Amino acid sequence: MDWRPGASLDTLRARAGLLQRLRAFFARAGVLEVETPLACRAGGTDPALEPLVTRYTGPGFASGTPLYLQSSPEFAMKRLLAAGAGPIYQLGRAFRDGERGRRHNPEFTLLEWYRPGFHAAALMSEVAELVRCALEAPALAAEEISYAELFRRHLGLDVFTASVSDLRAAALAHDAGVADLELERDAWLDLLMTTHIEPRLGRGAMSFVTDYPAGQAALARLNARDPRTAARFELFLDGVELANGFEELTDAREQAGRFRRDNRTRAARGQPELPVDERFLAALAAGLPPCAGVALGVDRLLMRKLGIDDLDRVMAFSLERA
Amino acid sequence: MLDGDPYAIIENEFVKPGKGQAFNRVKVRNLKSGRVLEKTFRSGENVEAADVVDVELQYLYNDGEFWHFMDAGTFEQYQADAAAMGEATKWVKDQDMCNVTLWNGQPIAVEAPNFVVLEITETDPGLKGDTSGGGGKPATLETGAVVRVPLFIQTGEKIKVDTRSGEYVSRAKDE
Repeated sequence: MDWRPGASLDTLRARAGLLQRLRAFFARAGVLEVETPLACRAGGTDPALEPLVTRYTGPGFASGTPLYLQSSPEFAMKRLLAAGAGPIYQLGRAFRDGERGRRHNPEFTLLEWYRPGFHAAALMSEVAELVRCALEAPALAAEEISYAELFRRHLGLDVFTASVSDLRAAALAHDAGVADLELERDAWLDLLMTTHIEPRLGRGAMSFVTDYPAGQAALARLNARDPRTAARFELFLDGVELANGFEELTDAREQAGRFRRDNRTRAARGQPELPVDERFLAALAAGLPPCAGVALGVDRLLMRKLGIDDLDRVMAFSLERA
Repeated sequence: MLDGDPYAIIENEFVKPGKGQAFNRVKVRNLKSGRVLEKTFRSGENVEAADVVDVELQYLYNDGEFWHFMDAGTFEQYQADAAAMGEATKWVKDQDMCNVTLWNGQPIAVEAPNFVVLEITETDPGLKGDTSGGGGKPATLETGAVVRVPLFIQTGEKIKVDTRSGEYVSRAKDE
């Protein structure tokens, strides 16, 4: 029976050191550490994220209620922002069903923070500063490129006008193994992004990819200057996705509409529909201050810091050992 | 099972953008042809499982068309064709235990033991004085396979061969 940890004790010491550096960074920046529930009565509806679900039975819920293990602490943290918390961060566990691979584990460590009054640009430079501090790489440069420009440069495609068959043809030209796939438009974009573009990003510098297509806005607001795009960015380093950030959607009605659309998509794909977080919507209706927020994968940051390419070797006990 | 053929998964890489569609990029080997193929699936997609098992079988004899094997526990017999035998035809002789891949109960791949001991049926007489080889010479084995052996090895001797590389290992000690 293999009972030993996947990470060496030196790696676990480096992990503890990294967590300390992150907390020190936010202490210096005057950002408040918060803790919100891991087991929530409602979660995200995003069709691309499947929650792990557990159950509570007892006082308050005699016949039991499902509890959704959070896929990110986003909704609860936004409720704190609406309550006037000011800049906040959380360093804790997040859970996602169905995700396991060299860079995925169903339970992982997520650093998420929110900056009232920040636009994406200011938050991106804070992310870059934090990564330099965490990696102890003060000279690590950062570059910015839009999602549309990436597709133009690497694939000669216009993401706004390319048809599903254009996208399929581009994918097929690079990998014959996709011939049998039947995908929706955004899923073809995801495939091209993850298999073709992502591995080339963040080589020698942090790559911030900005202005995602509106179909991939998730919880970002749309850009006023070009509503075909959303104020969403991602950070890639050495071909690995490290962080995802938004200028946050603050419009409760628009948010409620996205939840409904998510659940319709879920129903159409045969995925379970999920309860909408009404407390979160109520907080938005009461007023979420304009803000930007970002979530960063801490395990992947540690992998990069130590030059390790398998999540199993930076965690004490990954899925198979848990 | 893909397009009617059984496959073994060699590599399975999970890729997923944080907020998007997940894929599995899979490298598979066709168990009949041995060909390796790369394929991308949407994560969660189902593929029919192939009824494939690996079993240890004893080689009995060749009837000119088929190679016959037996399960030493159940005495059940199986016959493998030349395609399933592949390279193994060069190495197996009666009584050898082989790893056989069965698909729906039929042999589709036969692996010779890693090391076999075979008698040399023909090789040129070596030069006197040579002790450990150097150049070597071809030798025909009782199964018909030809391997390079050191010059001091003579017709009628038994040698140990590594079937994965097809190379001579040593003189066989009498067993």
